[in-house]
Amino acid sequence: MNDLRKIERDVTMNSTKITARDVNVHYGDTHAIKDVKVDIADRTVTAFIGPSGCGKSTFLRCLNRMNDTIDICRVEGTIELDGQDIYRKSIDPVQLRAQIGMVFQKPNPFPKSIYDNIAYGPRIHGLAKSKGELDEIVERALRRGAIWEEVKDRLNDPGTGLSGGQQQRLCIARAVATEPEVLLMDEPCSALDPIATAQVEELIEELRREYSVVIVTHSMQQAARVSQKTAFFHLGHLVEFNDTEQIFTNPTDSRTEAYITGRIG
Amino acid sequence: MTDMTNNAGVPRQNRTTELVAASLKRRRRKQLRLQWIGIGAISIAFLTLFILVASLVSSGWQAFSQTHLTFEVYVDPEEIRAKRLPRGGFDDALAASLGAVLPGVDMSDRATAKAVEKILSNGAQFELRDRVVVDPTLIGKTIQMTVPVSDPFDQLNKGLIERETPEKFRRVKDAEIQWFDTLKDQGAISKPFNWALFTNADSRFPELAGLKGALVGSFWALLTCFLISFPLGIGSAIYLEEFAPKNKLSDFIEVNINNLAAVPSVVFGLLALAVFIGWFGMPRSAPFVGGLTLALMTMPTIIIATRAALKAVPPSIREAALGLGASRQQVVFQHVLPLAMPGVLTGTIIGLAQALGETAPLLLIGMNAFITSAASSPFDSATALPTQIFIWADSPERGFTSRTSAAILVLLGFLVMMNAVAIYLRQKFERKW
Repeated sequence: MNDLRKIERDVTMNSTKITARDVNVHYGDTHAIKDVKVDIADRTVTAFIGPSGCGKSTFLRCLNRMNDTIDICRVEGTIELDGQDIYRKSIDPVQLRAQIGMVFQKPNPFPKSIYDNIAYGPRIHGLAKSKGELDEIVERALRRGAIWEEVKDRLNDPGTGLSGGQQQRLCIARAVATEPEVLLMDEPCSALDPIATAQVEELIEELRREYSVVIVTHSMQQAARVSQKTAFFHLGHLVEFNDTEQIFTNPTDSRTEAYITGRIG
Repeated sequence: MTDMTNNAGVPRQNRTTELVAASLKRRRRKQLRLQWIGIGAISIAFLTLFILVASLVSSGWQAFSQTHLTFEVYVDPEEIRAKRLPRGGFDDALAASLGAVLPGVDMSDRATAKAVEKILSNGAQFELRDRVVVDPTLIGKTIQMTVPVSDPFDQLNKGLIERETPEKFRRVKDAEIQWFDTLKDQGAISKPFNWALFTNADSRFPELAGLKGALVGSFWALLTCFLISFPLGIGSAIYLEEFAPKNKLSDFIEVNINNLAAVPSVVFGLLALAVFIGWFGMPRSAPFVGGLTLALMTMPTIIIATRAALKAVPPSIREAALGLGASRQQVVFQHVLPLAMPGVLTGTIIGLAQALGETAPLLLIGMNAFITSAASSPFDSATALPTQIFIWADSPERGFTSRTSAAILVLLGFLVMMNAVAIYLRQKFERKW
């Protein structure tokens, strides 16, 4: 392990945010995730890479229990957030999802105004006591989503009227408006052009100062650009999990090497 | 590429082109045939619709006007006495006044007097009575009245009774025709719009019969139907679609709801007769019971339409809301249902339009009774538009023939209106994403 590189990549001794142990996921008869064990650090961008159908999105959706909505999906093993098992009976997925925000592959703003899109989360959780406070939350979230300057004069326009890249940044702003601790991003740039992608990546770099970010991506270049830690999934197994630098320059597993050099996937 | 040849020595590229060209003709012909079949089908549909509407209009348009007679009535104190009101010889007073305008009529002859009286609608005497009761000072004065003429003279005026027909096969005699022509020459006959068609309830006399009772009955029945089937239908659909676990039981329920939508309406009528009237002892002929019965029929339609509309909401919207920490109930009521509303409303209105035209179940619960006043509450006896059509179609008087067609036109008008509202709502609330 190269200590110099770690400092250079700004990986300090961040505490572990999410711990997953022996996670197995079944979709009906399909065994989608097999014995995954991973530690996700705070204030770090962790990238999940791997060929299509390898289970990286499925695993991501286990972290905020989005798989609960799928009847045939069964999750086994333990996933802990700050040492608390998130699959315990006493944990309400609604509360968990307020702590762990999510951004989806396709920008999915609500067919409401830009303001209402951002204000929705704070409203349902009762985060603002007054209209003024809500206005502040909306502005702060839009600034963090790096879209404030573009939309500040038309907050009452529908969110669906924005361009694809703007919509995705709006969705990111919406996700951070509830002040989550972890932000899950499921291929957030796959529907965006290179310029919008660059803007979102810049934003991810910003978000890392306050959040633990987990990003699923098909683009290895993107994983290399934005993440400090990378996990490589293959056929439901977590093949390799290490510093991003390490994965891309000196992978230990032959499958990882085959994937990053383009021989499988 | 030309040196790439097949076994026959023909350049491969050309051969493909040839084959494509050969098959192209056939494919074009097929497509053209399909197009013509489609155009033919649509034309037949339109032609049928046109014939239906044209035949209704041609026989029904006459019912939208009614022949009226305007004449001076002497409110004879001999016949009508103030202290005997509201009783009195109003019919005789009218006949005497009418006889006075007809030259050469001997009103002392009872048969002639009776025949003169028959020119007027039976309702004329009640109109006079009502005026005198309101203002008894009219007794002894001469007032001008415009009253409907009886059905045979209305038919005569509209040319529906042939004057060439031999007298013994005709409902109006030669002398009566002469009287009528005299009145017409005097300018006493008019043919204004038949408001009575909408302001009167049913009557034995075609010239007095109107649709008010049926319209009010249909209104109460539809209101009851809507108030019951809309919340229940949407509630069931939301539960089945969003909350119910997907298992054998929910499959079974789904299949049976679809079956329910296909059950003949007369069966619902029998059910209502046995359960609502026989068992619960609800009143017969009441629009409320009719509405309950129609609600049973409309509910499956609303459930199916609502479920389809809920299913059509993109899953990305649900995920977005769930991902922000909305509960399932919040996701459904704040995001999915508002987006599904155009589809829900369209389904509901189409279901209600269906209910409006439904006849069989209403016949079974007695909404085809002869009722001469409009219902003032959903629990009073009433008819509905389709059952009124049924009653009139069964009536022997000539005047009901055109009134039946007119009633059908009114019913169709309401159906077209409801469908127009459905289309308007769908376009207004349709969201794009």
